[in-house]
Amino acid sequence: MSSQELIQDLKERARQLRRDVVEMVYRAQSGHLGGSLSAAEIVAALYFHQMRIDPQNPQDPNRDRFIPSKGHAAPILYAALAARGFFPREDLWTLRQVGSHLQGHPDMRKTPGVDMTSGSLGQGFAAGLGMALAGKLNGQDYQVYCLLGDGELNEGEIWETAMAAVHFKAHNLIPIVDFNKVQLDGPVSEIMPIEPLRAKWEAFNWHVLEIDGHDMNQVVEALAEARRLDRCVVIIAHTVKGKGVSFMENRHQWHGQPPNEEQYRRAMEELGGGQE
Amino acid sequence: MKAKALRDAFGEALVELGRENEDVVVLDADVAGSTRTKMFGDVYPDRFFNVGIAEANMMNIAAGLAACGKIPFVSTFSFLACLRAGDQLRTSIAYPRLNVKVGAGYGGLSDSFDGPTHHSLCDIAVVRSMPNMTVVVVSDPNQTKKAVKVVAAYDGPVYLRLSRAEVPYVLPEDAPFVLGKGNLLREGSDLTLVVAGVPLARTLEAADRLAKEGLQARVIEMPTIKPIDREILVQAARETGAVVTIEEHNIMGGLGSAVAEALAQEAPVPMEFVGIKDTFCESGPYDALLDRYGLSVDDIVAAAKAVLGRKS
Repeated sequence: MSSQELIQDLKERARQLRRDVVEMVYRAQSGHLGGSLSAAEIVAALYFHQMRIDPQNPQDPNRDRFIPSKGHAAPILYAALAARGFFPREDLWTLRQVGSHLQGHPDMRKTPGVDMTSGSLGQGFAAGLGMALAGKLNGQDYQVYCLLGDGELNEGEIWETAMAAVHFKAHNLIPIVDFNKVQLDGPVSEIMPIEPLRAKWEAFNWHVLEIDGHDMNQVVEALAEARRLDRCVVIIAHTVKGKGVSFMENRHQWHGQPPNEEQYRRAMEELGGGQE
Repeated sequence: MKAKALRDAFGEALVELGRENEDVVVLDADVAGSTRTKMFGDVYPDRFFNVGIAEANMMNIAAGLAACGKIPFVSTFSFLACLRAGDQLRTSIAYPRLNVKVGAGYGGLSDSFDGPTHHSLCDIAVVRSMPNMTVVVVSDPNQTKKAVKVVAAYDGPVYLRLSRAEVPYVLPEDAPFVLGKGNLLREGSDLTLVVAGVPLARTLEAADRLAKEGLQARVIEMPTIKPIDREILVQAARETGAVVTIEEHNIMGGLGSAVAEALAQEAPVPMEFVGIKDTFCESGPYDALLDRYGLSVDDIVAAAKAVLGRKS
């Protein structure tokens, strides 16, 4: 596949993931859309290109790991895992229902392909650091990718981890900030501002790659660059909350609200046709 | 009587464990000199992580290490382990049942002079109510060493409550440590004293005093608070008809509650609870605090007599 074909393929993957996310949350009438849609390109690039994973062997000790530290973005992870064949796509329609292996937030003991239980904000990044340290101790070359929410950066533990990762030279830990500018109660700039964000990470001795998180070329290149560099690298991905569905974009009301039938139809129309 | 600080026994046990098992890693939050995990760090620097004063971070790092096959012992003061890092313990360790061992230092009043900010009197209540957690409270230096080995060999999360205190070697050297099993230390038919942790020596002294008055107290040492040994408790309740629990913890939610829960279902008998009576304590010498806040030998004897008065 040429690099141009790769990018086209990944863009299409991201679109399909978005469709599955909306479908899932609509059917469940529960779940987090905004922060799933903002991460579609990042998750597509990881699961369909960057990460070394084998759906037939989800517990492979040498696999790359992915932790949505912003665990409420579970729908986008589940959509990617299903698309990669970790479990049947039909399972997606059981999200958040009794008996389903798809919990409201990721559960490593229930869902094939989920590397860490997460969802209580601030914790997944540190667990990722632990995984990165284990890899270093064992002489394994896997990478650990953590998706951080911008609102999540309000949590003090994130900065404890940022400090510790540099101290322990965990260069195999790659945080990606889904900087969609909106948290549950409103704009990040009003609720608890995190700017200047680049300067904050740099002050913690991180190398910062700042990208448009919806430009697949930039996402793919940044992930490759982060893996190549032998130092602590953070990717700050500028994104749009609710990306891809016009009436959800940039609106905090769509952080955790399911669409009604009419909204669902409009959303699916905007996202374009399905595979079938 | 020969004595040793339980924290020293813990530190020595970790060093031995590190030699036996390469997967053992130790994390501390800038109190390694106090908890004695520094002993491990000095011998195995590559497997020792001092994360600085960041207990929440430490708990999650341990979760990640365990998810990749390591056997992490995290060490800090017990009130921090269960409260500052309580959500981390619940969500990232207990819930996914990750193989992390929490070395909860300075349990109870043992950091006595530092005062109520550093006392730890609700940790067992908190951790016991987290599904998947095993809760162990050690009472003796030899037992501490055995417990470290046993919880390391057990696959699952364990809260191991330790102590700063120097404690006499009370238990026989060959006494086994089995998770989930209480130890019958003394036979008796008039009542049963159930004790966990450092107050063991005081409990045995109380049993001696009761014996001098002709009252035969059975003494059960209960190092595993969860899962509790229902069998030994039910048998004791049926055979002695009265139970007193003794613990260095708030009388709410700890050993006493665990024993009451077990007995209420299968063998209800009159009970009395010796421990801290739902109050914050104060700075002072350790033994003076235990005496002042409800854990004197007199308190245990008085509770024994009170429960006997209620026995039908």
